Amino acid sequence: MFRYLKIGVWSLSGIFDLDLGRYALCSMLLAQGGFMNRKIRVLIAKPGLDGHDRGAKVIARALRDAGMEVIYTGIRQTPEQIANAAIQEGVDIVGLSSLSGAHMSLFPKVVQILKEKGAEDIIVFGGGIIPVDDIPLLKQAGIREIFQPGTSTEDIIQYIQENVKTTGISKSEA
Amino acid sequence: MRSLARRILEGDIRAASRLMRDIDDRIPSALDALKELYPQTGRAYIIGITGPPGSGKSTIVDKMVDIFRKEGKTVGIVAVDPTSPFTGGAILGDRIRMQRHATDEGVFIRSLATRGCLGGLSRSTQDIINVMDAMGKDIILVETVGVGQDEVEIVNTAHTSIVVLIPGLGDDIQAIKAGIIEIGDLFVINKCEREGSEKMERDLKMVLEMSHKREDGWDPPIFKTEAILGKGIFELVYGIYRHKQALEQSHVLEKKLRERAKATFLEVLETEVMSRFIQKIEKKDQWDHILDELIKRRIDPYSLAEKMMAEELKDH
Repeated sequence: MFRYLKIGVWSLSGIFDLDLGRYALCSMLLAQGGFMNRKIRVLIAKPGLDGHDRGAKVIARALRDAGMEVIYTGIRQTPEQIANAAIQEGVDIVGLSSLSGAHMSLFPKVVQILKEKGAEDIIVFGGGIIPVDDIPLLKQAGIREIFQPGTSTEDIIQYIQENVKTTGISKSEA
Repeated sequence: MRSLARRILEGDIRAASRLMRDIDDRIPSALDALKELYPQTGRAYIIGITGPPGSGKSTIVDKMVDIFRKEGKTVGIVAVDPTSPFTGGAILGDRIRMQRHATDEGVFIRSLATRGCLGGLSRSTQDIINVMDAMGKDIILVETVGVGQDEVEIVNTAHTSIVVLIPGLGDDIQAIKAGIIEIGDLFVINKCEREGSEKMERDLKMVLEMSHKREDGWDPPIFKTEAILGKGIFELVYGIYRHKQALEQSHVLEKKLRERAKATFLEVLETEVMSRFIQKIEKKDQWDHILDELIKRRIDPYSLAEKMMAEELKDH
């Protein structure tokens, strides 16, 4: 599993003293092999027809800075495209952003397709311009959390970190 | 219960995706599945696409997929983007250009972050290609990170390597430097509507004529494309087939495969051996001792390594 590590040895020993380089490499090896820390993978997607992707990009960037791997699909996605991308990319969680008012039909559709494809363990959350009254309905439909305008990126990062398990056994064995 | 590998061979997309995740996260159990899948690999034709950031690699991949799909071939795509060296996070955006294929069951797209690996690919790339291969994808397109000059790892992975360039990236001396110019089986000058593309083609031609005759007798052709409009992509795909044919007719393919198998095995062996020693040191809690000895120059790393190796061999 630790293929290509020699590249690491060379570059490190080039920069540091040889001994130190080896040590750094070893701790790297152990950190990656020993604790099985999973990196959080997130899909950020914009379903529907609005092109206002500033918010989605800000979130994507903030999650990146929090050490996550963020796959961004771009704008104008159908629920099918989003669900398939989430499955192929093996993400833990999907963030949907909509400012068009179509969230009531599009968000639940994504959850539904994921379920149909046996991927109901992928968490779906949403954000954008979403009236307060819609939130309980969306939650009923399986969208786990809704973030409204003004939410700090810190809150979203914290939400993801708390809800995605990054340690422990492989999901594939579960 | 059926094994993960079995489910992948039966076409379970979710299982394949999970294994890829385990490979990327280096979960040891992934090795079991990889072992089981290995006999089913080696069938796909692997095409590497490399070039500087913004040269249009993703768009070219996207357009090539159209052609391959029209021919009835199934396609796997591995797209690599860089990991931030500061936060360990990454934004994987190659998929944006290819999302229209997301609902096509014959296409499987996986984005990977480099996770600190140099060379233009991630450590997991080869294993993930193997999973796609076992899934039965006819063609696997591997898009590297946007590379500069020396990220040539793709050549050890792909059957055909395509180098994508765009006009206006510097003078002709850039083109005669070592590195990515040497690895291309096919060259693409994308965004060829831009000023300077003719000069670039001339310079590139000159460089390629100056280089040593290749062992396989293949003359790397240059294609001019305007990928966003799909111009020149058909010719490029035809060029790939010509290279594939040339490769198969010469003995270079076999040689390449042997070299690759050897390199892969040596890498696996090396890490296997190394992790064994590291585990041993950890178990006996010897790190502090070893490092003290080394730093105080009471022993040198070379003798220490020899000593450990001798002990290990004696134990068995």
